[in-house]
Amino acid sequence: MTQGNPTRSSGRYTFYLYLVPGLLGFAVVVLAPEIANLAISLTAWKGIGAPRFVGLDNYVRLLHDDEFWGSFQHTLLFIISMTIVPTMLGLLLAAVLFDVIGRKFGIRLASFMRAGFYLPQILPLTAAGVLWGWILSPIGIINSVFRSVGLAGLAQDWLGNPALALAAVSVVIVWVQLGYSLVVFMAGLSRVDTALYEAAKVDGANWLQRFVSITTPMLAPEIFVVVLTTAIAALKVFAPIYVLTDGGPNDATLVPSYLTYYHFFTTSRVGYAAAVATVQTLLTIVLGIIFLRFQARQSGRAN
Amino acid sequence: MAHSTTQATRPAAGHARRTFSRGLGSILVLVVSLAFLAAVLFPFLLAVFNAVKTGVDYSLHGPLAFPQSFDLGGLVAFWSEVDFTRKLANSVIVSGCVAVGGVLLSLFSAYAIGIGRVRGGPILLFVIMLSIMVPQESLVYPIYYASKAAGLYNSLVGVIIVFSVLQSAFGTYLLSSVLATFPHEIIEASQIDGANWWQILWLVVVPVLRPILAVLATFFFIWTWNEFLIPLVLLVSNDNQTVSVAMGVLKGQYTSDPTRIAAASLLGMAPTVVFFLLFQRTLTRGVVVGAVK
Repeated sequence: MTQGNPTRSSGRYTFYLYLVPGLLGFAVVVLAPEIANLAISLTAWKGIGAPRFVGLDNYVRLLHDDEFWGSFQHTLLFIISMTIVPTMLGLLLAAVLFDVIGRKFGIRLASFMRAGFYLPQILPLTAAGVLWGWILSPIGIINSVFRSVGLAGLAQDWLGNPALALAAVSVVIVWVQLGYSLVVFMAGLSRVDTALYEAAKVDGANWLQRFVSITTPMLAPEIFVVVLTTAIAALKVFAPIYVLTDGGPNDATLVPSYLTYYHFFTTSRVGYAAAVATVQTLLTIVLGIIFLRFQARQSGRAN
Repeated sequence: MAHSTTQATRPAAGHARRTFSRGLGSILVLVVSLAFLAAVLFPFLLAVFNAVKTGVDYSLHGPLAFPQSFDLGGLVAFWSEVDFTRKLANSVIVSGCVAVGGVLLSLFSAYAIGIGRVRGGPILLFVIMLSIMVPQESLVYPIYYASKAAGLYNSLVGVIIVFSVLQSAFGTYLLSSVLATFPHEIIEASQIDGANWWQILWLVVVPVLRPILAVLATFFFIWTWNEFLIPLVLLVSNDNQTVSVAMGVLKGQYTSDPTRIAAASLLGMAPTVVFFLLFQRTLTRGVVVGAVK
């Protein structure tokens, strides 16, 4: 940080100093752990003593592990509740709030409703989990309502029944995720030219036709962003499972993140857990590269 | 609801035509959407209603009934049982420090990449962004092991360092793209006035960036507040847990004490709900910046 007039060339060198804190932190918190995790995945290790190098054994074992395959199947199902349902519902809701409620009943009501739908997004997932755990428990809200109206036969152990648990957790996830897609889509709609709608209306297009032929195509960039970011998030679902089901019953709601946590800290099969985490990481990186390249293209177009 | 009635029954002169054109269909759409919103918000109402009931009231009238009694006993009992003051303080300290630390790290890196245009900047950004998308599961064990070796295990400091760095990745990405379009004339004018780069950062760049730095800090605060896995692993003692961790380890407790569990979930949600009401505009606008920028 020399005094006086920094020329362009001397400035260059000064700027590298500004990169030091960020890069140092990045090296310590992200890069080194990432490499260490990859290295650990090639060993048999209990977390204490010296790790024993076993090559790709952990990965070979993964291929024959039903829990591993099951957990990734559940991830695919969570893509439905994290990505597909919130995207479709959010699109419809955004169009309704923007096009009907915002224009006919006032923009303030529309933003009030948007904030309401967004509220679950802002909570700690664990606090939301406590609430839903109680709603869904065998002696929880849903069942006591069924019993009080004489429909005791419909009462279920929602989280304890392997046939129902995944669906029950999915409902909670949709509840949390809807607000995210709604907010992104509504922001996208604000840049859509309203003249387009007026013209379509003059041509006699009804609301549904306008939704299909104007709203949805105009929001294509936002849809892409929401789909990819939530698909990446679906690969990492952890807290709701930790709080609601512990991956059970009978692994019915097991997900990769919970599987790694379980092996790291409960069974101490650290090498094996690291291998699961590595597979998860590779999948995330593939989706992440697609996402970042898309972002770069979008901002290139905007400039 | 209050909004809708005032809006609907106020046919001010200019709105007359619009009111006329609302039609039955639109009103039906409004009713259905409001009902859906009520359903989404209903769990919050359940938490509030049942947190302030007595146990007797709950078993007599059920969970859906409006409270016939008013008893803060459940809330007070839960608060003191988990030492909630302590958890709140821990969360505020961790999130507050990360908000400041994360913004500073983002600012420095983005200054070098956006204004300084250091070589390799874009590739660096790409690698940094990609690396924070990776699941924290792949970082957590080495971080856990290293924090033990460094004496930062079970310490708020360790968590603050980890999240300042993790959050700063997004901040660096965002601020770099903002600074890339920073008007060069302003920088050059300050150089002619004899300012060095440190002065230019604080006296020229930061004042211009202040609104977006505030948005970033708000986001870092709430994101960190809600973090779970790494704080769960690093903060093992009761005294060091954050609100999010305290809620996470509650599972299975109080299942036979519904008013207590309602109180627990209400207290766990309340701080972020208050935060949301205070910063609603910043947060909803920021989501979009975060997703689309």
